[in-house]
Amino acid sequence: MSISLVLIGIMAVLYACGVYFLLERSMTRVLLGFLLVGNATNLLLLTMVGKVGSAPIVEDGVAAGEMTDPMPEALILTAIVITFGVSAFLMALIYRSWRLERDDDLDDDLDDIALRDPTVAALGETLESTKEDSEFLPGDELEPKR
Amino acid sequence: MITLVPLVVMLPLLGAASALILGKRPHLQRLVAIGTLAAVLVISVVLLVVVDDSAPLVVEVGGWQAPFGIVLVVDRLAALMLVVSALVLLAVLIYSVGQGLADGDSETPVSIYFPTYLILAAGVFTAFIAGDLFNLYVGFEILLVSSYVLITLGGTEARIRAGVTYIVVSLLSSLLFLASIAMIYGAVGTVNIAQISARMAEIPTDVQIILHVMLLVAFGIKAAVFPLSFWLPDSYPTAPAPVTAVFAGLLTKVGVYAIIRTETVLFPGPELNTALMIVALLTMVIGVLGAVSQADIKRILSFTLVSHIGYMILGVALGAAEGTAAAIYYIVHHIVVQSTLFLAAGLIERIGGSTSITKLGGLLKAAPIVAVLYFVPALNLGGIPPFSGFIGKLALFEASAQQGTPIAYVLIGAGALVSLLTLYALVRVWNMAFWRSSKEVEGYESTLLNNVSEAPGAPAMRATRTVPRLMTAATGGMVVVSLALTVFAGPLYGIASRAGENLEGPSFYVDSVFPGGIDD
Repeated sequence: MSISLVLIGIMAVLYACGVYFLLERSMTRVLLGFLLVGNATNLLLLTMVGKVGSAPIVEDGVAAGEMTDPMPEALILTAIVITFGVSAFLMALIYRSWRLERDDDLDDDLDDIALRDPTVAALGETLESTKEDSEFLPGDELEPKR
Repeated sequence: MITLVPLVVMLPLLGAASALILGKRPHLQRLVAIGTLAAVLVISVVLLVVVDDSAPLVVEVGGWQAPFGIVLVVDRLAALMLVVSALVLLAVLIYSVGQGLADGDSETPVSIYFPTYLILAAGVFTAFIAGDLFNLYVGFEILLVSSYVLITLGGTEARIRAGVTYIVVSLLSSLLFLASIAMIYGAVGTVNIAQISARMAEIPTDVQIILHVMLLVAFGIKAAVFPLSFWLPDSYPTAPAPVTAVFAGLLTKVGVYAIIRTETVLFPGPELNTALMIVALLTMVIGVLGAVSQADIKRILSFTLVSHIGYMILGVALGAAEGTAAAIYYIVHHIVVQSTLFLAAGLIERIGGSTSITKLGGLLKAAPIVAVLYFVPALNLGGIPPFSGFIGKLALFEASAQQGTPIAYVLIGAGALVSLLTLYALVRVWNMAFWRSSKEVEGYESTLLNNVSEAPGAPAMRATRTVPRLMTAATGGMVVVSLALTVFAGPLYGIASRAGENLEGPSFYVDSVFPGGIDD
């Protein structure tokens, strides 16, 4: 099995950046991370083709051994479609999160914070209302519907 | 007979499509959804009878010969899982129809709820009958994507928040699964489960272990095995009661089912069995300790769910036919009982207006039927004889004792302890919510309520509402089914132990898919 080193390099970079993004709090970055890791996995599937040959079309003069293995490409197509659908759903979720909270960061549970440090529990109310770095001005038309 | 196999997946998908078209006629839509799942239940029962009577059914989709085409395999394990999951899906559907008729659309918006629910069913069934690793992945994706929709249903702040944790964790496990498929394809050049199993023996052991661990981690996240279980108690309790019941009953078990297939067909070797036993021990103990410290019934149930996954992993980790058989019986028992308890928790929430045991009281007087519907499955989950929980645990302990290694005995002890602690957590709910009178709730002092933590962001008490008959009937039906698991334990355990014998080593499965041997 011969593997293109360039593909492996790109895959490694995509995985590294993707994991970094996935660990962020911002939902938008999580989405980007998911896209990067998803594509890295597709590249991983592609490298499993092994020896690269001609297009896998049965015609005269092309032996089976000279063709590229078409199977991983079929798998990648399915994986791309799934990634596409899930990212669309994630974007809808991010948008919904914007409407409700005016920011897309995933905050700590107030109860989790309280468990770590009981003195912070009283600050719960103030933590909840520090959303001033939002792009929406307070009192604009996009008031969340609850 | 063979034409029945694809119908198990086709019917829910077609039903979902027609339910979507009928979005403006809710009554017709409900009928379509119930009819579809009832038909699937009948088909699965027929499949179970046929498969148990003769050989497994293998369908080559589109007439493409295995290993080139996709195969669907229904053996005893798959058929049994089909029957149980169709039964639970149908009961929960009736429950949510009852809830929808009583409350209108606020909790379960009809136009999207029923189609999504049916697609979830199609995904679960696909995963059970997949004879191809990639098809298993597609089945997982179908059920996961519809579960994303169901868990964020209504799009309230709490559900979006819980949904994000659930979705990101599930995405990670899916990507890991896909990466493992890629690596396995690179190693053996096929995604057909039977062929992978046949070729895996030629792969060096260290490579095998890497592939094995990757698959187990991917499935372990879905099955909520410690330390990959943190997401479950955070996300499940916020969803509507019927959705939580289905998720708790079925989705984690699909993960356990995939682990059984991995351990028995793909990687039958004993390399990781000890590691799995330690994981099972930790899952049982840490899960139940979480349950003991919670005040919210739904969260208590979520933690016991994690804890009892440990029992199933124990059965699989024994690596013997008896252990697998016990694990299969335990899965059947647990799917039914755990869903019933979540449905009962939904009824409690309707009557008491809360699911926190610090706020509930006097329910025995207010709703005696709900009390029975909670009490019977609670004892069952706690492993009180003669219920099926006791039979399942006894079988697991016997299989462990037969193996006789020190760690197996440690696990028997831990299993007995965990079952007592489960009983403690569930009976405490009984004492607080049902037995104490509603006048005592204000300023109640008891050691039972020391150090329990409330659910984060628990909503305020809601006004008392009545319980629709259809919801009570669906929950009652599930309780009857759980009792039937005891009454018909003989035949049922017979099927489970024959399924376990079939899964002793991969040869039975491989021979069913390739009756004439694999020509490479």
